[in-house]
Amino acid sequence: MEIGLPHYLTVAAILFTIGVFGIFLNRKNVIIILMSIELMLLAVNLNLVAFSSFLGDLVGQVFALLVLTVAAAEAAIGLAILVVYFRNRGTIDVEDIHIMKG
Amino acid sequence: MYSLIVFLPLIGALVAGLAGRFIGAQASRVLTSGLVVVSAVLSWVAFYDVGLGHETYKIQVLSWIHSGAFEADWAFRVDTLTAVMLVVVNTVSALVHIYSIGYMSHDPHQPRFFAYLSLFTFAMLMLVTADNLVQMFFGWEGVGLASYLLIGFWYQRPSANAAAIKAFVVNRVGDFGFSLGIFACFTVFGAIDLDTIFASAPDVAGQTMVFLGYEVDILTTICLLLFMGAMGKSAQFLLHTWLPDAMEGPTPVSALIHAATMVTAGVFLVARMSPIYEFAPDALAFVAFIGATTAFFAATIGLVQNDIKRVIAYSTCSQLGYMFAALGVGAYGVAIFHLFTHAFFKALLFLGSGSVIHAMSDEQDMRKMGGLFPHLKKTWAMMLVGTLALTGFPLTAGYFSKDAIIEAAFAAHSGVGQYAFWLTVIAAFLTSFYSWRLMFMTFHGRQRASRDVMAHVHESPNVMLVPLYLLAIGALAAGGLFKGLFIGHEEAEFWGAALLRGEGNEIVQAMHHVPGWVPFAPTVMMVAGFALAWLFYIARPEMPKALAEMHRPLYLFLLNKWYFDELYDLVFVRGAKALGRFLWKRGDGWAIDGFGPDGVSARVIDITNRIVRLQTGYLYHYAFAMLVGIAALITWLMFGSM
Repeated sequence: MEIGLPHYLTVAAILFTIGVFGIFLNRKNVIIILMSIELMLLAVNLNLVAFSSFLGDLVGQVFALLVLTVAAAEAAIGLAILVVYFRNRGTIDVEDIHIMKG
Repeated sequence: MYSLIVFLPLIGALVAGLAGRFIGAQASRVLTSGLVVVSAVLSWVAFYDVGLGHETYKIQVLSWIHSGAFEADWAFRVDTLTAVMLVVVNTVSALVHIYSIGYMSHDPHQPRFFAYLSLFTFAMLMLVTADNLVQMFFGWEGVGLASYLLIGFWYQRPSANAAAIKAFVVNRVGDFGFSLGIFACFTVFGAIDLDTIFASAPDVAGQTMVFLGYEVDILTTICLLLFMGAMGKSAQFLLHTWLPDAMEGPTPVSALIHAATMVTAGVFLVARMSPIYEFAPDALAFVAFIGATTAFFAATIGLVQNDIKRVIAYSTCSQLGYMFAALGVGAYGVAIFHLFTHAFFKALLFLGSGSVIHAMSDEQDMRKMGGLFPHLKKTWAMMLVGTLALTGFPLTAGYFSKDAIIEAAFAAHSGVGQYAFWLTVIAAFLTSFYSWRLMFMTFHGRQRASRDVMAHVHESPNVMLVPLYLLAIGALAAGGLFKGLFIGHEEAEFWGAALLRGEGNEIVQAMHHVPGWVPFAPTVMMVAGFALAWLFYIARPEMPKALAEMHRPLYLFLLNKWYFDELYDLVFVRGAKALGRFLWKRGDGWAIDGFGPDGVSARVIDITNRIVRLQTGYLYHYAFAMLVGIAALITWLMFGSM
C-alpha cells in the first residue's frame, strides 16, 4: 500500500485531537498539559512536512524546523515556570491552579 | 456720605467675617464697632440735613438688573423716612455693638458674632435706602439671613437651631406674599421703582384685575400682599410665632434685631408704600385690624410669661401692633414716631435685661430672680426708665408716641378705628401691668435665686452700662424733643413727600382735637396697671397664684400663648412632615432610587455576578474557549464568504 498524503494528514489530525483532549481531560498535572501542547505542535509540524513533500516546496520543512526551535524554547520556559510554581505553591495539580477565578 | 453710611458696616462685616481668625477678637470688635459708630454719626448728620434741611437725594450706585422691560438699579433713596430709619438703625446698632463688647467678652466666637451684627446692619441699611422693591427685597432677605444666623449663633444648642429655622420658615410665608406683591406691582405698573409706582398709583385706583380666578381690586390686592410680607417680618398676629422663640439668640441680638430694627421693617414697608396704601382703604382697614389685634393679643400673653426676655418679646410684638394700628388709620407719621421712640426704650429694656441675665449667670426665669435691686442699682435705674417709657409715663418717649397712636385710632372715626382704639387702650393697661410685673419680679420682693447665684451677682461693666445710659437719654427725651417734627405742627414740612396722605386724610389734625378724656385714657390705664402689678407682686404676692388657680383654663390658655404653636404644629407642621416623610420614603427612596440609580446599579451587579462565574480560573477552560473561538473563526472564514 502506498502511503500518501491523506495518511499523513490523518495521523496528524489524530495526534492533534489527542493533544486537545489531553489538555481538556487531564485533571492531574500541568506537565501533561505541556506535553499535550508539544503533541499538537508535532501534529502541525507533520502537516507542514507532509504538504512540503507533497507540493515539492522546501519552505514548509524550513518552517517546521523553526517551529521545533520555538517549541524547544517554549518547553524550557514552561518547565522553568513549573519548577518555580512548585516551589512557591507546593503543588502543580491542575485542580489547584485557579487564581484567575473571578 | 450716604454710600459711606451704608457700606461701612459691610466692610466691617467682611473683614471681621473673612479675616476674623487672623486679626483676632479684639481687632474684630474694635473695627466693626468703630465703623458702625462712624456710620451712626453720619446718620445723624444725614438726619439733620434731610429732616431739618428738607433735602432729598437719590444716589445711583450701580445698574443692577436689566432684562427686557424690567429694570432695577442700585440706588439710594434718601428722604425723611429713610433718614429717620438710618438714625434708628445705626444708633441702636452702634450701641449694641459697644454693649456686645462687654456682653460677649467670654464667647469664643466673637469675630463671627460681630461680623453677623455688621452684616445685619448693612442689610437693614440696604432695606431702608432702597429705591425699588427688588432692592428692598434684597435688604429684606439680608436681614432675614442675619437674623437666622444670629438666632442660631449658639449652634451647639438644639433649641437655638430650632428657633432659627422656625424664624426663617415663618418669614418665608410672609416673604411669599411680599414677592407676589412685587410681581403684581411689575405686572400692573410695568416697573418696580418706587417713583413710577407712586406716580401711577392714583390712575389704577379702583380698577380691578383677575387674581386666582377672582376679580379683585388691584391696589387692595397689592397692598394686602405686601402687608403679608410685613406681617411675617414684624411678627404680627398669625405670623408672630417666631419672635418669642427668637429669644434663643444672644441678648444684644434680641435688642438690635428683634426689638429695635428688623421687626420694624414691616412698619417701614407700609409707611414707605403709603402712596399706594392711601388708595386702598380696605387694605388699610385690614392693617389696622391686624395691628390692634396683635397689640391686644401679644399683651395678654405677656401677662403670664416667666422668661424675662419672652415678656419683652411679647411686648415688642404688642408695640408693633400699635404701629400697624396707627398705619391702618392713616397716621403714618405717628407710626414712624412710635417706631423711633420704641427703638430706644425697647433696646434699653432688652439690653437692661441682658445686664440682669449677665449678672444672674445666664438665668432668664423671673421666678428665680427677685430682690436684685440692692445689687444692680444702675441696671435697675435703666430698666425703670425703659419701663416708664414703655408704659407711657408722662413726658417720657412712649407717652408721646403711644398716646398719639391711641388718639389717632379714636380720631379715625371708623368702625375699625374704634376697634383699634379700645383694644389699644386695653393693651395699654396690660402693657403697664406686665412691665411692672417684670420690674417687681426681677428687682423687688423676696430673693428667689440660689445662694450660689446670689454670691456672683455683680453690676455690669461700664462698656455695657454706657450704651444703656445713652439709650435711656433717648427713651426719656426722644419723645418730647421730636414730637413737633414727627407728629406736631411741623410734621407736614418734616415728612415732605416721603409719606403721602390722601385728600381727605386729616388724621393728624383730627388727632389733636379728640375729646378731653381720650388722651387721659392711656395714662389712667398705665396707673391702673401699675397699681394692679404692685398689688399682685409686692403687697399680696400670693394673689397671682390664687387667681391662676381660680381661672385655670384661662391661665393655661395665656401661658401656652393661645395654643398657636400647638395649632400650627397640628395643622401645618405635622402635615408637612408627613408629606415630607412620604415623599422621602416612598417617592424618593422607593420610586426614584428604586427605578433610578439604585435599581440600575443593582441589575448591573446581578448580571456581572453571573458573568463572573465564567471566569473559573482553570487553564483548560480558557484553552477550550480559545479553541472553540478559533474553530468558529476558521469556519466563518471558510464558509462565511461563500
